[in-house]
Amino acid sequence: MNDIVDVDIEAELVTQVAALAAAGGSVEVVGSGSKRFYGESLDTLPMEVAAHSGIIDYDPAELVITLRAGCRLREVEALLAEHRQMFGFEAPHFGPEATIGGMVASGLAGPRRGFAGNIRDFVLGVKMLDGRGEVLQFGGRVIKNVAGFDLSRVLVGSLGTLGVILEVSIRVVPMYAIETTLAFEHSSADAHIRWVNELGSQPFPLSASAWHDGTSRLRLSGSEQGVNQAIAELGGERVKFDWAELREQKHDLFVLEQPLTRVSLPPASVDLVPGRPQWIEWGGAQRWLSGEVDVAALREKAVTLGGSVCAFRGHATDVAVFHPLAPTMLKLQRSIKSSLDPAGIFNSGRIYPGL
Amino acid sequence: MSQSLREKLAAEFRKFLPTENVVDQSTSLAAYECDGLSAYRETPLLVLLPETIEQVQQVMRICHQQRLPVVSRGAGTSLSGGALPHPEGVVLSLAKMKRILKVDTLSRLAVVEPGVRNLAISEAVKSLGLYYAPDPSSQIACSIGGNVAENAGGVHCLKYGLTLHNILALKLVGVDGEIFEVDQRSLHNDGYDLMPLLVGSEGMLAIVVEVTVKLLPIPRCARVVMGVFDSVEMAGDSVAAIIAEGIIPAGIEMMDNPAIRAAEDFVHAGYPIDAEAVLICELDGTEEEVVAQIELVEGVLQRGGAVDTRLARDEAERLLFWSGRKAAFPAVGRISPDYYCIDGTIPRKALSRVLTGIRELSAEYGLPVANVFHAGDGNLHPLILYDSNNEGELERTEELGSKILQLCIQCGGTITGEHGVGVEKLGEMCIQFGEAERNQFHAIRECFDPLRLLNPGKAIPTLARCAEFNSMHVHQGKVPHPDIERF
Repeated sequence: MNDIVDVDIEAELVTQVAALAAAGGSVEVVGSGSKRFYGESLDTLPMEVAAHSGIIDYDPAELVITLRAGCRLREVEALLAEHRQMFGFEAPHFGPEATIGGMVASGLAGPRRGFAGNIRDFVLGVKMLDGRGEVLQFGGRVIKNVAGFDLSRVLVGSLGTLGVILEVSIRVVPMYAIETTLAFEHSSADAHIRWVNELGSQPFPLSASAWHDGTSRLRLSGSEQGVNQAIAELGGERVKFDWAELREQKHDLFVLEQPLTRVSLPPASVDLVPGRPQWIEWGGAQRWLSGEVDVAALREKAVTLGGSVCAFRGHATDVAVFHPLAPTMLKLQRSIKSSLDPAGIFNSGRIYPGL
Repeated sequence: MSQSLREKLAAEFRKFLPTENVVDQSTSLAAYECDGLSAYRETPLLVLLPETIEQVQQVMRICHQQRLPVVSRGAGTSLSGGALPHPEGVVLSLAKMKRILKVDTLSRLAVVEPGVRNLAISEAVKSLGLYYAPDPSSQIACSIGGNVAENAGGVHCLKYGLTLHNILALKLVGVDGEIFEVDQRSLHNDGYDLMPLLVGSEGMLAIVVEVTVKLLPIPRCARVVMGVFDSVEMAGDSVAAIIAEGIIPAGIEMMDNPAIRAAEDFVHAGYPIDAEAVLICELDGTEEEVVAQIELVEGVLQRGGAVDTRLARDEAERLLFWSGRKAAFPAVGRISPDYYCIDGTIPRKALSRVLTGIRELSAEYGLPVANVFHAGDGNLHPLILYDSNNEGELERTEELGSKILQLCIQCGGTITGEHGVGVEKLGEMCIQFGEAERNQFHAIRECFDPLRLLNPGKAIPTLARCAEFNSMHVHQGKVPHPDIERF
């Protein structure tokens, strides 16, 4: 039925971490390495975890899949598609061997995020290995569960700094019946932002939006009747648009030689860089800039609007990748890391100093 | 606690709170002795009702300095004793902070104070074509701050999510009186995502003083179809079959025969009182979409063995179909002197095993059980009927409830889907989680509250508590279910 290999290396991983905890030392937890660029670079030895693979439980009618973190995202998506299901957050792969663990740890979501939840919203439970070499389980395998602090969801986007994700249970969603993309002309970013946010107040089956170079693209996904009615009401031009290409940052704007900057803002916020080429996704919440940027100045502007700026890729090493936290918040977050990884074994410094 | 300490503290709080916002008279304190779980009662030292964030900060600074336990309270509708007072601490009621501060139509959000009632938000934005999705049964009374503390659900959360999924930002006051914020309006988060820790933390990590909620467009059309079944198993299988069609209903609820009878007797919704189970399935979207899906669902129900399917003819009948389900708890309250509501979640495929188990336990304990079930997400609410005037019956009821929750864990489920642990399910937490996980929960708590002043004694059992629980439940030298995965 599926190509997902079944290999359980939990015992070996436990032994490795226990040895590290006893001897002291730190590692960089690495799956396939597809998202290794994301975050501050580390010069510690890699700890390879991608071999820990296999489906633990998948009953499509329960809308939940439980799998080992080394499963390849590509293969899991294929398995879900066989049952006309999918992940609801359209995560980028950034490499053919991208793993489920890397997807959860990076917390990166794709075009659908603007209109559905992020990865955190779909994670239901984890089995993880902490910095003492102890195996812990949080959350569960059911959709509704409020027993205990929800640490499983805190792991989403923690970039491997809290421990090794061994298994994860994720809620899945049914595949839409039909999908189509409409194009509209909006000469300015601000015109697009206003238009797409006004659309959000109406119950259209929106599943993605993107603006670039004067053109807004709007993706509709849902039932045949729902999508067709929306097309009739919205007008626009039906176009072919490769959302996967945008998700994987294969578009011309994302040239690898140039620094790439991600600006996150409350969706209806004004354009911070009028006239500059950019991709605006997620109804205005996620904006990509290519080329040299004064990150500090941009951060100052974004903060006043409730947003933040990530020096996503290819920036000078003296620019902090992630938007700095307030000192009290950083202190709190460090204490959370220490509670799971007291000796700082895992990916320390990936997000912020000490985190 | 001595009266003189109470008086001394009351005077101190009255330096910045209006006199009537410091409750110190025993007759008035009695109103705060319990929440929705009325079997547990305790008198607090004082009840404080701040009206501003600054007042909350001042209260917290004093409590922190004086090492006073603080139990925060919204509308007091918790069904797990989450707002049970601490005898040596204060109750911090957020009930007077009930203003809707801002509604932003373009960004589809509302900024509200914690004491705003859940339903009041949807009512306030209805004219804009928007609503706030989570709708716990107590939505007419319960507050948004309490919803955040409990990660409240409701009948529509399979499609629209729990409280966590509908919150964009929180402003909180920490145990030391300092303000901190988690702002995810940008759909992004820097550093660790603390939202899932704070939402559902049962008042143990911080005091929620401002909530930014997501507003959704009201669907153009919503229709309800009811399926009538001769067996709960067939009804359960039909839920799986609907989901296999790729449909996520806006709500899908099941009731068993005792619940159907009680509800019909109360609201006359037209439920068939001889049926073993009814399924109430709501579909929403555009007119054409809903018509097509209703047809699909009716077909699934008929193929699944429904003896009858009924489509609500109009909006009035749609609301009538729902009224029985929404009034199921008070309906059961009418046929029994007392009832005790359980809140376990199971994988849906375990439904018939769990219902059979509940029937056997019900017979063993001689206590009737009616079942209502958020069938889409596996959240089961068995209602145990009992009479607290009969000596020992409450204790037997609690024991039966505990057995039902243990059955949920055995089937791969959890001891609480939406009501929280509170004081009620501390014992079962010892079964669901191992010692290492429980230690981690305590460690997380101490990151926020090193002195353990916020809602002490709730949600996470101590080692001693688990030792006691296990010793009570040891049978033939074995702790219950040593074989289960503690997941």
